[in-house]
Amino acid sequence: MSGSVIPSSVRRIAVLGAGHVGPVIARIALDAGFEVAIAASGSPENLELITQVVMPGAEARWAADAVAAADLVVLAIPLHRFPTLDPGLLAGKLVVDAMNYWAPADGVVPMFQGQEVSSSETVQRQLSQSTVVKSLNQIAYQDLEDGRRPAGSPDRHAMGVAGNDAGAAKLVGEVVDRIGYDPILLPSLSAGRILQPGGPIFGAVLARSEFELAIRTTAVHA
Amino acid sequence: MTTSTPERPRETTGGSTPFPLVLGLDTFGDHEHDARDLPLSHAQTIRNVVEEGVLAEQVGVDFFGIGEHHTDDFPMPAADVVLAAIAARTQRIHIGSAVTVLSSDDPVRVFQRFSTLNAISSGRAEVILGRGSSIDSFPLFGYDLADYEYLFEEKVNLFAELRKGGPVTWQGNLRPSLNNQDVVPFTENGPFPAWIGVGGSPQSVVRAAHYGFSLMLAIIGGSPARFRPFSRLFLQALEKFGREPLPIGVHSPGHVADTDEKALEEFWPRWLNIITKMSKVRGFAIPTMESFRFEVGPQGALFIGSPETVAQKIATNLKTLGANRFDLKFGMPGLSPASVLKNIELYGTKVIPRVRELLAD
Repeated sequence: MSGSVIPSSVRRIAVLGAGHVGPVIARIALDAGFEVAIAASGSPENLELITQVVMPGAEARWAADAVAAADLVVLAIPLHRFPTLDPGLLAGKLVVDAMNYWAPADGVVPMFQGQEVSSSETVQRQLSQSTVVKSLNQIAYQDLEDGRRPAGSPDRHAMGVAGNDAGAAKLVGEVVDRIGYDPILLPSLSAGRILQPGGPIFGAVLARSEFELAIRTTAVHA
Repeated sequence: MTTSTPERPRETTGGSTPFPLVLGLDTFGDHEHDARDLPLSHAQTIRNVVEEGVLAEQVGVDFFGIGEHHTDDFPMPAADVVLAAIAARTQRIHIGSAVTVLSSDDPVRVFQRFSTLNAISSGRAEVILGRGSSIDSFPLFGYDLADYEYLFEEKVNLFAELRKGGPVTWQGNLRPSLNNQDVVPFTENGPFPAWIGVGGSPQSVVRAAHYGFSLMLAIIGGSPARFRPFSRLFLQALEKFGREPLPIGVHSPGHVADTDEKALEEFWPRWLNIITKMSKVRGFAIPTMESFRFEVGPQGALFIGSPETVAQKIATNLKTLGANRFDLKFGMPGLSPASVLKNIELYGTKVIPRVRELLAD
């Protein structure tokens, strides 16, 4: 399915996308002690001021350089831009898909429209030489920082992590845990459909028990 | 004061502001219900908004803004027409959009409508431009939502040229070029104030600075303090582009009543109803009483309660964000005219003086 090498651990993270979501993910990754590079579609010069003020400690780079140096790449670009992204850029990489598809709010993207598969399965099919894990997509960017809690907190919130490659999902789960969420591993990208817009988890900030209840309830209705 | 040394944003305040304090009100033309909880006509709701604008001036509010919307809950597609009616019946209050969805409008027409409003009001008009987080206008006018960033970028570029005044020469992809074109009416006293509403994208902050527009932070969920780095980003970007400092404002929803309990009781069912509808359109889960309580609390984005509660929260957040302006988005579809008028009266007579007092210290 993929020619990716799953790293033994994650130290360096590249965030692709500097809109609403990317800078927030960069900040929480920095707080968790990761080395973070951020890239958008253009030159890093355009991002220097934003990076310095909004994500101090991160490095603005060209996308290719950021990806090449990274153990893990977070895709946080607007989903309608994804069809123009060169899959070769991400070949061999572990990729976290933090994007969402919801046509009523974002417009129709033909690659994702009318598919019987989850949006991350479409992303994986397109990025055939990468290993895709879906996560960091379901809690709204404005809640992502304040929602973090240290491991062991009684009011810790859950974060779904869905992947076809169990080793990759486990590794992303460790990153999610370090960032400040309780990872809940789902066995496939297809099962990750529950994390999408329109599902019971999207946009909600849930404890593990509530998250697991939502999964069970949805499975009964499915 | 700005500094080029990177600092952790969460550990610093937004700093002081050299601009005078402005305390305003915004409405989206929220569809009102009568005392029996039956919806008024759209026409009556619009006439009520005119009265609300007039009352706002009488009770000492600095700015009255109307946000463009296109739904039964917010029947307010031609906000500038309503603003003109308010302008004709007021003398002092500033009036403007909150926001104009520039992405699905023609910048030339927007400029003409607001320079006309500026003429009618003798220089009290302002425009707040937005990309359109409320998406109803896109299908209505035949725009593709997938183009919304591109549409906004090019149209802001043209609007910035128009706002300078004088003949315009401009080229883009979305409309025919303008070649040394006069666009009337000319303004009497230079460009009218223009703002860009920003929801959470740092690139939008830099864009506002690039074009010399003031920054309006639309904080409608989550902690207002997380916008703190945006104030610094805006000031540093202005400096980088060789511009003077410009005002920073905050727009957030809320409701003021005599007591905290009464304000919450009036607001919550209307809020739940509208957010439930939005949840279906946007695909997110319906909020709970718990999440509502968080938003009402000190860490959240809703300004709901007694005049003292709301004034304290406004003052705290203006200080935190280094902002000189706060616009309370009042009303909510289903609230009665009586409750809305009471909110405006309390905001003008109690909240505004108290915020001024708190910030004078």
